[in-house]
Amino acid sequence: MQQEPHLSPDTGAQPPVFTLMRPGPGDLTVALTGSWTLHGHPPDPTNLLAALDQTVRRLYFTSDGLTHWDTRLLIFLTAILDTAGQRQIVVDRAGLPPGVRRLLTLSEAVPEQVTYSPTGRELLATRVGRAVLALVEQGREVATFTGEILLAILALLAGKKPFKAQDFWYFIQNCGIGSLPIVSLIAALVGVILSFVGAVQLQMFGAQIYVANLVGLGMVLEMGALMSGVIIAGRIGASYAAQLGTMQVNEEIDALRTMGISPVGFLVLPRILALMLMLPLLCVYADIMGILGGSVIGVTMLDLSLVEFLEQARKSIQLSQFGQGILKASVFGVLIGFAGCLRGMQCGRSALAVGEATTSAVVTSIVLIVVSDSFITYLLYR
Amino acid sequence: MTPPAPAITVKGLTMAYGSYVLQRDLDFTINRGDIFVIMGGSGCGKSTLLRHMIGLKQPAQGTVCYGKADFWALNEDERATIIRRAGVLYQSGALWSSMTLAENVALPLQHYTELSPEVIADLVAFKLSLVGLAGFEAFYPSELSGGMRKRAALARAIALDPDFLFFDEPSAGLDPISARNLDQLILELRESLGATVVIVTHELASIYAIATNSVFLDSEAKTMLATGNPKLLLRECADPTVLNFLTRGTGQREVRTV
Ligand SMILES: Nc1ncnc2c1ncn2[C@@H]1O[C@H](COP(=O)(O)OP(=O)(O)O)[C@@H](O)[C@H]1O
Ligand SMILES: [Mg+2]
Repeated sequence: MQQEPHLSPDTGAQPPVFTLMRPGPGDLTVALTGSWTLHGHPPDPTNLLAALDQTVRRLYFTSDGLTHWDTRLLIFLTAILDTAGQRQIVVDRAGLPPGVRRLLTLSEAVPEQVTYSPTGRELLATRVGRAVLALVEQGREVATFTGEILLAILALLAGKKPFKAQDFWYFIQNCGIGSLPIVSLIAALVGVILSFVGAVQLQMFGAQIYVANLVGLGMVLEMGALMSGVIIAGRIGASYAAQLGTMQVNEEIDALRTMGISPVGFLVLPRILALMLMLPLLCVYADIMGILGGSVIGVTMLDLSLVEFLEQARKSIQLSQFGQGILKASVFGVLIGFAGCLRGMQCGRSALAVGEATTSAVVTSIVLIVVSDSFITYLLYR
Repeated sequence: MTPPAPAITVKGLTMAYGSYVLQRDLDFTINRGDIFVIMGGSGCGKSTLLRHMIGLKQPAQGTVCYGKADFWALNEDERATIIRRAGVLYQSGALWSSMTLAENVALPLQHYTELSPEVIADLVAFKLSLVGLAGFEAFYPSELSGGMRKRAALARAIALDPDFLFFDEPSAGLDPISARNLDQLILELRESLGATVVIVTHELASIYAIATNSVFLDSEAKTMLATGNPKLLLRECADPTVLNFLTRGTGQREVRTV
């Protein structure tokens, strides 16, 4: 008889029940009736397990009244068989449906050897120790990664082509032109904010023309580089981490390694170079957009003419200060590329790990941007 | 013997990606309890056909019926009820990488049944033991070999005791022994669970060993060239392309025993 175990039992299905019979001394028969499926509520096996005491030598089953069954029945039976096995009771499975017998046999076939057991709960000291070791390992990875990048740069300088030019142009385009709209918006608004804050204060002294100085210097020295850095960290750094992380998951990076292609040269270097070159350009663009944004306030609120405002802004900025912003932007570009690619390369083999790599890339980039910004400013004004 | 009941019927199906038509006018029937093989060369649209059957891709024309129900004419909820009765083993395994094996197998059970966590844990342990992975509950997919991953994916596919099992190249990438064991496992599960099985494969050994019915897709003709039991096709099919495929290019009409 072919069992039809899976058609979801209609509402009139009989409830799953077992009854115990003792046909002879030492014999116990379990009669299974009703529908034993994932959707029913099978009885508690406790009193059956208790009935398997020393008096029982042989265990039989009957399943004549069994209408439906699925894995729900099987786990019920495994519990019984386990107990019977421990108490050295002989089990005769002939009374079970053939499908059930086959699945039970299949589940008892020799399993794959478990090679190691994943770690469970650990002592605090062990965990602290592991954390420290992980930190050391982290440091080592960063050092190795830096070294590999330097080697790739040397290879590039030596005239080799560690990556495809086409890739490089794509990254240039993606982080350069692709970022213009969002950089325009943010930089212009930052210009407006700076100008607005300055206007309220400087108007009190009748020195509203100096708003142009404030906006110009503010953008060129700090905000242009900082804002484009933060935008690119979110827009590009995150995507680098996700790209490399996914490649790590798919073993694409391993494939590059085994072909003797340096993943750092092939994947990381073009990305970092693209950011190093494009972020300064974006910074210049952000400076201009910021000053233009500020001039809107100057013209509408402070009765300055546009030419006046721009001329005043230009006079306030020295070329070296302009260069300072560009230098910062370039450093930020390298750091963002570095953080994004490093996190991507360190990514584990799961979707969750890719997500963590992305988050961590953005956080690391922003921390690095702010820290290096203070550091560079300190060095230049010491 | 009861007459075979159609489980899945494909009617006048045309499959296309945008304006690029892969296959047209597919017509065949899969009976309940069949082991149905979708054959054909690489890129002829076997995986795509499977995607049409499990509701991942809408037909350009024609339809797929489950029993008497026209799958693509149903609303979303009704489709979901049908698909819930199907277990799918994807070509790449598609285990959820950030969950342990136990969590992978437990997810459909948690989602579709009201069972208590203890019962689910028992069920998961049993499913894993069925595929020879007892004791691997706490492992992540990335910690397993390819064959083990396939079997873990199989355990997930059978988590809900499905009526229909779909396999996309289950033995691709496995060594011959593991591939044969997996075939054996699929056969055994079909026998015991009484499920209808649809397999995409181009492993001739598997095809002859386990198939009871089949369809042959061809990318040149852009349609099916034959349907029926592959052993019968080997003896009777007149189409040179099918014959060439079934005899691995030798043209000899006898089943290579494996
Ligand atoms: N998402 C997609 N978009 C466009 N074309 C696709 C897509 N997926 C597959 N194809 C094309 O459809 C054809 C059949 O693919 P597939 O069904 O995966 O073949 P196979 O028979 O090897 O499983 C291939 O030529 C492939 O290029
Ligand atoms: Mg395929």
